[in-house]
Order: sequence, then structure tokens, then C-alpha cells
Amino acid sequence: MQHLIVVWNASPYIFGGSCVTVGIVVLALALGLMLGVPLALAQVYGGVLARRCAGLYVWFFRGVPILVQLFLFYFGLFSSLDLPINAFFSSCIVLGLTSAAYQSQIFRGAILSLPSGQFKAGRALGMSDACSVRCIILPQALRLSLPGWANEFSILLKDSAICFVLGTQEIMARTHFVASRTHEHLALFMLAGLLYFLITLAGLTLLRRLENALSTPGYAAGGTGAQ
Amino acid sequence: MMETPVLCIENITLTLGGRKILDQVCLDIQRGELKVLIGPSGAGKSSLLQCINHLVRPDSGIIRLEGEKLDAANTRALCSFRTHVGMIFQDFNLFDHLSAEENVAIALRKVRGFPRRAALDRALEELGRVGLARYAALYPAQLSGGQKQRVAIARALAMDPKVILLDEPTSALDPELVGEVLAVIRELAKAGMTMLMATHQMDFARALANEILFMEHGVIVERGTPEELLRPDAVTRTRDFCAKLVV
Repeated sequence: MQHLIVVWNASPYIFGGSCVTVGIVVLALALGLMLGVPLALAQVYGGVLARRCAGLYVWFFRGVPILVQLFLFYFGLFSSLDLPINAFFSSCIVLGLTSAAYQSQIFRGAILSLPSGQFKAGRALGMSDACSVRCIILPQALRLSLPGWANEFSILLKDSAICFVLGTQEIMARTHFVASRTHEHLALFMLAGLLYFLITLAGLTLLRRLENALSTPGYAAGGTGAQ
Repeated sequence: MMETPVLCIENITLTLGGRKILDQVCLDIQRGELKVLIGPSGAGKSSLLQCINHLVRPDSGIIRLEGEKLDAANTRALCSFRTHVGMIFQDFNLFDHLSAEENVAIALRKVRGFPRRAALDRALEELGRVGLARYAALYPAQLSGGQKQRVAIARALAMDPKVILLDEPTSALDPELVGEVLAVIRELAKAGMTMLMATHQMDFARALANEILFMEHGVIVERGTPEELLRPDAVTRTRDFCAKLVV
């Protein structure tokens, strides 16, 4: 009974952390999308320099642990440059930059999976390469990327828990704070786990609906083939 | 005085991986002519068609459209050239995420700058011309191969091309669907559309071509009217090749 009372009393405070967690994930995904698309385009269509730069970026952010990056950016780079970026936005930026590296590979795979004739047909109609990419390639590649992107969402959501090391007041930080004072670790972390599970479920359901809404008629959702 | 050819190709040469794909190919097409390229697989027919609008960049050679030399290094000039030279691909290359109507309208909007409504109206008109007006809302995955190729033809026609290049437009189709595509091309030829077509449809070539060009090893080895090359007593490479085709 004691466990339930502790959980009941702490739940509004921990639920509040869900909003912070969702905020981190949404902003990081958006930053990852904004950087991931140009990175993918640079890797597929760019010249040698663009390909090298994009490759270096992906190599760095996939190769260095997120925990190291959080410390590197928050206590290192942002502090030494005197940038007034708080723990929440530092978490969003670091997770966003890392996610961009992973998202770029999802988009790159999707672009490469399109038949080369699509780009050729755009050119043959007099479209510039930029127009062919914008009007023909990206609308198809982004649709194909949605299943992989949903995967990236669930990974990012779980990675966001590590942001508690900067003092970001998300689910993990708040649960840890309450648990260290009440010593009800089992019940409280079960609640935290349940919250992550529910947010994942809601996000994936939403993305599945988006995938269905955007699927091309005549193809199964996810572009797996003609019906 | 001889009229300026719509399309004039001089000494197109293409080398890929050390192998000569096209060797000093020359040809010209007058307004309203239908010229047919035939030859065995690997002869360079598709490469020639793709070199003409620089989808594959030739090593050397000159391409003139209505007497004006193409400056392929100038991107704007190249895009403008391509709007005047329609291209029909063997495997259709329709944009899978767009309906038939949008497939035809997209270049009108993005290249010609048509407003959306006007582009869709024009697209519907072109789809009507190939007998597909009632399929306008369907997507490529919902169309048969023959219908897809007719949409591709409508898409090329919508740009008001001065010449259309057709790269084996029926070779990816089931035999029963070939007729509907050839019927559309036949109508275009009768309406005076200038076309250069790679095909193995010899009956079609015999009936409609102004000239047959026989390609082998990247060179046009024979050229002449269908009567000259295909008459029963002709001793030509073209006739020899046609005799081996399974009809």
C-alpha cells in the first residue's frame, strides 16, 4: 500500500516530465529531419567534397556515445563559447544532431531504392536537377522512409532518458529524484517504464496512420509492392 | 532549298568502360518524319536516343534542334532543349506517387510555369488524346502496362515537343497490350509528329517509317526507306535481321 501511495503522490510530478521528454523528442526529430535530408542528398548527389563532409558528420555522430556528446557540447563547447543554452535545449540539439546522422542513412537508403529512371524522366521533361529532386525524388523517398523513421522515433525516445545527466527535468530525471528520496525504486521505475511505453505506442500509432494516409494508391503502406 | 531539319545529329560518339558504344553517328529528321532505329540488342539504339537529349553525355558530337546548336554545358539551355525533345522510355518511368493526371501536369507546372488548374486541364486534354481521360485519377500502380505507356506519351505531348524520341516503347509490354500503344503512335505519325523510334515492331516500321536506320556495334550500317531495305529481293543486313525476328 505504501508503494502505491508514493507512486500516487509522485505521479503528477513524473507525468510533467513526459511533456519535457516529448518536447525533447519532437524538437530533436525535427532538427534531425532538417539536417538529415540535406545530408542524404549530399551523400547521393553531392560532389566529392560534399560527400566527404557528410560522411565525416555521419561517422562522428554515429561513432561517439550520446553521453560523451552531451558532456562535450553542454559542458565543453557551449560553456567555452559562453552560449546561453540551457540543459533542455542542449539535449534537443545533441539528440537532434545525432538523429540527423541516423536519419540521413534512412533517407539515403530510400533515395537509392528508387529506380534511376525516375530522376531521368524528370530531367527528360526539362526539369532542373534540383526540381527533379524536390518534386520527384523526395516525395517518394520520404514516403518510403516512414517505417525507418518510426524506428528512429522509438530509439530517440529511449535515448532521451540519458539527458537526465544534464539535469533536464524529463521522466528519468524526475523518477530518479523521487526514488532517491523515497527508496521506492521498483514501483517508481515501473511507472517511468510504463510512461515511455505509452509514449512509444502513441507515437508509433500516429506514424502508422501517417504512413497509411500518405501511401501511394495501388501500393501497400510502406511501398512494399503492388496490391 | 532544303528545309532545316528539326533534329540534326552529327558525329555522336560515346565510349563507356573503354568500349565504343556509339561511333560517329550522324542523322537528321525533317518535320513530320518518322524514322525507325532497328538493330540487335547492344547495338547502341537506346544509347543514341539518350545521348540526343543528354541523359547520357556523349564524348563528342553536335546536336542541333531546328538549326540551333545545343550548348550542353549551359544547364538552362539544356533544360530548355529537353522540353522540346520528348522522351518515351521502355519502362515508362511514370512518377509512382502522382496520379495519371498529375504525371502529365507536373512538368507543365514546374517547368512551363502553368497554374495548377490550367496544367490539370491541359493534362486531361492530353490524356483524352491517348484515350485515357477516364483514368486520369488513377495512379501508375493501378494502370496496365499499355495504359502506363500511353500516359507517358501524353506526358511528353503536353510539353508540345518538336520531336519525340521513343526508346522501344512496346518492348516491356504483354503482346496483347502492344497494339493500343502502337495505335497511339500511329495516330501521332499521321498527325505529322516528328519522331525517332527504336523498335522491333517491323510491321509497324514497314507501314509508317519514312526511313529505317539499321544500327550495329554503335554505327548506322544501313539506311533507307522500308521499300528499299525490306523488299523481298533486297540483300540487306536489315532484311536478314528481320527474317530472324519471331513475329
